[in-house]
Parts: sequence; structure tokens; C-alpha cells
Amino acid sequence: MQPARLAAYDIACRRGDRVLVRALSFDLKPGEALHLAGPNGIGKSSVIRILAGLLRPAWGHVEREGALALSDERLALDAHRPLGEALAFWQRIDGGEATRADFGLENLRDVPVGYLSTGQRKRAGLARLAASGAQIWLLDEPLNGLDTHWGAAAQAAIEAHRAMGGIAVIASHQPLGLQRLRTISLLEHLP
Amino acid sequence: MSGGTGNAGKALATIFARDLALLLKGALGRGGAVLPLLFFLAVAMLFPFAVGPDAKLLGRTGAGVIWVAALLAAILPLDRLVEPDVEAGFFDQWALRGLAEEAVLMVRIVAHWLSFGVPLMLAAPISAGLLSLDRAQLITIEQGLLLGTPGLAAIGVTIAALTAGLRAGSALGGMLAIPLAVPLLIFGAGSLQPGGEGGLALLGASSLAALAIAPFAGGAALRAARE
Repeated sequence: MQPARLAAYDIACRRGDRVLVRALSFDLKPGEALHLAGPNGIGKSSVIRILAGLLRPAWGHVEREGALALSDERLALDAHRPLGEALAFWQRIDGGEATRADFGLENLRDVPVGYLSTGQRKRAGLARLAASGAQIWLLDEPLNGLDTHWGAAAQAAIEAHRAMGGIAVIASHQPLGLQRLRTISLLEHLP
Repeated sequence: MSGGTGNAGKALATIFARDLALLLKGALGRGGAVLPLLFFLAVAMLFPFAVGPDAKLLGRTGAGVIWVAALLAAILPLDRLVEPDVEAGFFDQWALRGLAEEAVLMVRIVAHWLSFGVPLMLAAPISAGLLSLDRAQLITIEQGLLLGTPGLAAIGVTIAALTAGLRAGSALGGMLAIPLAVPLLIFGAGSLQPGGEGGLALLGASSLAALAIAPFAGGAALRAARE
């Protein structure tokens, strides 16, 4: 497998008439993780979407090697389907790899996604991300709605992913307890 | 491993299976294939009540009524064709895996046609009976629906992609789809007039043009909506 890489060169993000972020650069190699920090509305999610290739940067460019996986507030799981089936849909597309971390969802596999609690939904999104087998993880507020136990489990899954040569970018307003974590505060990249 | 052209075919087959299941059976917020079908039949059932049981009049106007009913039935499912999947993040996740919006929309057009075009063709003999159309007219209608409903499906998916994420998108969708579908209506109903045999060829041509443009227009609309 080719070593993963994710680099941003002087990217700027504009939403409508407003410039949210400017002059953001970084270069991530296998095993590295980046924490995008800053208060609500500063542009963390927009930067994540630029890195995912879903938004075009107003300036600069992004280089990446390796497949992407994204976990944000949009679950991309059918609300009417049992969780097991909804996750199996993505496993068939991603190549049917067995879920590495199941985030305590095994008892919920028969529950329709629409009936899950906020924390359970978040865990389902993380399970979809972990099962994708992608080398680059983009996580938008992964700890929102998770209790202390599952918050620690989510961070442990990120560490396991990094230990296998993966890259993680985490947008979060909360402090993270990851090893050798690079932190960029978007407050330093205001226009 | 996600991405890669080798897996794209398998991924699209998986997406097709999901599309078809959702569009046929319906789900939360999606009505399934039954509602357009009932609508189509209801029009054919109500029309004789409104104009009276004159078989000659019905025979002359009935075929046009069937085409109007088919067009309006095509508009009914517009708001659930694309919007729920944009809202839930499915299109983002597919884009992330390197699947082109155009390919996903083409798959959806086929699934939509199977869930609405084919049921209409199956229901057309019942409608024809209610409107006392003769056998020759029914055959022309079936041929016309076979040629025309793929175009209606393509227009429907394009408009659904264009209005996904807009407030009152479903109302707007109907308003946008009707003018685009008028050529199909004219050629479809026109093929039933005396000497209108050329209508079927034009209907097929319009359908093909709609099918060729639809995935690209819809894909561009979905990408533009992300900005």
C-alpha cells in the first residue's frame, strides 16, 4: 500500500462574501494527526470539506495520496433500515472488510438507525469510517454527543488507525488526548 | 479499499440495488411506486365521470388524458428522488469514494424508470379500458410509454438534483419539470392522432436527448449546490 499523505498549501476558505480561513498550510505523513481547533463558526467544518475535496478552496491547493473517509454530522445511513444493514451497504461499496472497531454497536444491529440516540448515531458514523479501510480519516467533531467512555474509545480507534500508518484530521472545539498531536488553531488564520 | 475503477462497477450495482428498493417500496418520507400508479389510474377513472360515458368522445380524448396523467404522475415522486440522499450525506460519501455524480444519477434514472415507467405501462391497459380505447390505440400508447417514460425519468431526476436543498424545492420542481416534459407530451399524444406515426420516432428522439443530457446537468447541479 502506498504511504498516505495529506498536505495543504496556503489554502483559504470563503463562504459567500466572507473569508473564514486564510494561509493554512500543513503536511501530514503516515501516523500523523492534526487537530483543527477553534470556536464554533470559525470554519473548521469548511476546512474539513475542502480537504475532502467537496469544497473548492478560494486560494491554494490540497495534495493527497490515499483514500479518504469522512465522518461529519451527516451519517449517510438510511434512517428506516436496521443499523447492521445500513452499515453493510457501505461495506459492500468499500470492499466488505470486517469492522475493526465496532464501538459497542453489536447489540444495536437490529435497531433502525432513526431510533438511535445522539451518541449511538455518532458511534455508527465512526464505525462506518473505521470499516472503510481508507488511509486518511477526516473527522468533524467526533466527540460530540459521546460520553467519557466512548469518547476515549473513539480516540483509541484514531490511535490504532495511526499506528497502522493512517492519517487523521480532527476538527474539534474540545481538547483531545492524542499522542504527538499537531494542533492548528484557526484563530491564528483569521483574515 | 475504496476508490479505484475496478470497484466502481460493484459500488454502482450496490447503489442501484438500494435505489430500486427505496423507490419501489418507499421508506420514511418516500412514498414508493404505489402513489404515482394510483394517481395515474385515478385520473383515468375520474375522467369518464367528468365528461360523461360517451364512448366516442372518450375514445377521441382518452389517449391524451393518459399522457397527461403519465406526465403528472412523473412529477409526484420528484421531491424524494435526490433530496433525501443529499440531506443524509450519501452524495458526499459517494464523491469521496471517487464515484462520479453523473454515474450515480444515471443509475438513479434507471431505478426511477423501473419504479415508475414500468408500473405505468402495466397499468395502461386498465386505463385504456376505463377510457374505452380500442386495441390499436392501446398498442400505440404502450409503445409511446416505452419510448417516452425513460425521458420523463431523466427529466425528473435532473430536476430533483437541481432543486435538492432548496426550500419549497418540490413545488419548484413541478414547475420546472412541466415545460421540459411538454415535447414528450406533444409527441406521445400526437402519435395517436391519424397520421401521427412519426410521433413515436420523435418521442424516442426526445427521450434519448433527455437521457443524454440529464446525468451531466444533474451532476453539475449537485456539485454547485455544495459551494
